[in-house]
Amino acid sequence: MELETQRMDCLTLLLKMVMRLATSIAMLTVIYLVGYILVKGIPNLSLSLFVWEYNSDNVSLMPALINTVYLTTLSLLLAAPLGIFAAIYLAEYARRGNKTVQMIRLAAETLAGIPSIVYGLFGMIFFVVTLKWGYSLLAGGFTLAIMILPLIMRTAEEALISVPDAYREGAFALGAGRLRTVFKIVLPAAAPGILSGVILAVGRIAGETAALIFTAGTLAKVPQTPMDSARTLSVHMYTLSSEGLHMEAAYATAVVLIVLVAIINGLSTLAARKLTGGFHE
Amino acid sequence: MNKISIQNLNLFYGSFQALKSLSMDFQENEITALIGPSGCGKSTLLKSLNRMNDLVSSCKITGQVLLDNEDIYGTMNVNLLRKRVGMVFQKPNPFPMSIYDNIAFGPRTYGIRAKMRLDDIVEKALTSAAIWDETRDRLKKSALSLSGGQQQRLCLARALAVAPEVLLMDEPTSALDPISTLKIEELLNALKRDYTIIIVTHNMQQAARISDKTAFFLIDEMIEYGSADQIFSLPKDKRTEDYITGRFG
Repeated sequence: MELETQRMDCLTLLLKMVMRLATSIAMLTVIYLVGYILVKGIPNLSLSLFVWEYNSDNVSLMPALINTVYLTTLSLLLAAPLGIFAAIYLAEYARRGNKTVQMIRLAAETLAGIPSIVYGLFGMIFFVVTLKWGYSLLAGGFTLAIMILPLIMRTAEEALISVPDAYREGAFALGAGRLRTVFKIVLPAAAPGILSGVILAVGRIAGETAALIFTAGTLAKVPQTPMDSARTLSVHMYTLSSEGLHMEAAYATAVVLIVLVAIINGLSTLAARKLTGGFHE
Repeated sequence: MNKISIQNLNLFYGSFQALKSLSMDFQENEITALIGPSGCGKSTLLKSLNRMNDLVSSCKITGQVLLDNEDIYGTMNVNLLRKRVGMVFQKPNPFPMSIYDNIAFGPRTYGIRAKMRLDDIVEKALTSAAIWDETRDRLKKSALSLSGGQQQRLCLARALAVAPEVLLMDEPTSALDPISTLKIEELLNALKRDYTIIIVTHNMQQAARISDKTAFFLIDEMIEYGSADQIFSLPKDKRTEDYITGRFG
């Protein structure tokens, strides 16, 4: 008996240490990565990087910054409503265990796991060539929208399903119809979960390069129309570092990209809190 | 007067029969308690009175349930039925919104938008559920910040806010402490002047304390139905006697 408990104590201690180690490694990796980029990038941030017009001397990231915002907005405007409404149908209206629903779920899961280059090739063949949109903001936006659609759909569906049935029953028992129940009770309760899916999607858009080089092109200019080619910050970074001439500027661009994503995430979280009135937790 | 009249009701979940040719009446302005061991169809019966069973896709019903002599499974609009027949659940289920919005959700469903009117309804509903004094200063606060007993009274207030005629209660105090339970019981006694109340309970003392009529269920049928005094002092059926004296259940 004595020995048994001693062995248990040893095991507990060991497990604790393993968990601490794992947590530390995970945290240190992030800290190292962000720290490295900040240390390398911040000293290279200069005013010339934020000049409106890009040329090969100033390697300005301004057009890329603006393009990133355009592209993120466009992709989200296309994919988020579609994905969220599809999720509402799957979670709230379709019969559970329905064959079609299972097919859709399987398709979404598969699509979510496909490498982005495949979306890029599809986008190039379909939007750029077949629809004759050329390398354009529009073609890039549509391609990325298709890419993030399954991600948004799956996370939104999970968020809706995890809303307790007691809320739905409570609303039905008061004589509220399904539509009112879904939009006034279930959707607000699921908002934080849906939003985390959207934030993940923002990350994927901001970090995408391969699919965009094939569809939106690499022109470093602020587009006048949606049919103009446009490079985003990630593509800009890729171009700078692959040319090998402007590594400092590439690091500086990485800093701006990190800050931009952090700002977008912060704003979305704030928006969600406003939306739900902060009544969760 | 009969508020609800059940005639030859059969209820199936798939091939399983949960209720067998049940006929019974519920009197207006009385509290009727449904007692019996778990799985005897009490909650099922309760849910068939406001058609919450519709949400279970395998559920099939034959027979009639008449509310003021109108068949609720006929042409009656199910949302209007649920406005007339309110429900309080076993576990308090306030919506994750403010106390005020919880109460106002029902009235808003029926198109009441004017702030003055809503304020009035909210105050009246909270007062009837004896929770106004505790919440009047924090109406904009989250309903989830209330204690379990307060949450259940809030749910009662929420049900009252749509001015129902019948109140269905599915073990409304089983998740509450004795003091909160006592408060709810006192409330029900006061509320029966204006409402017809049907309550499912596992607590025999509770049924004896608050109900005017009591129905005892076993497996899938009603064994005995009569005034609470008679059921608890002179049960006619041996099984009823065994159950209320605690020999099984």
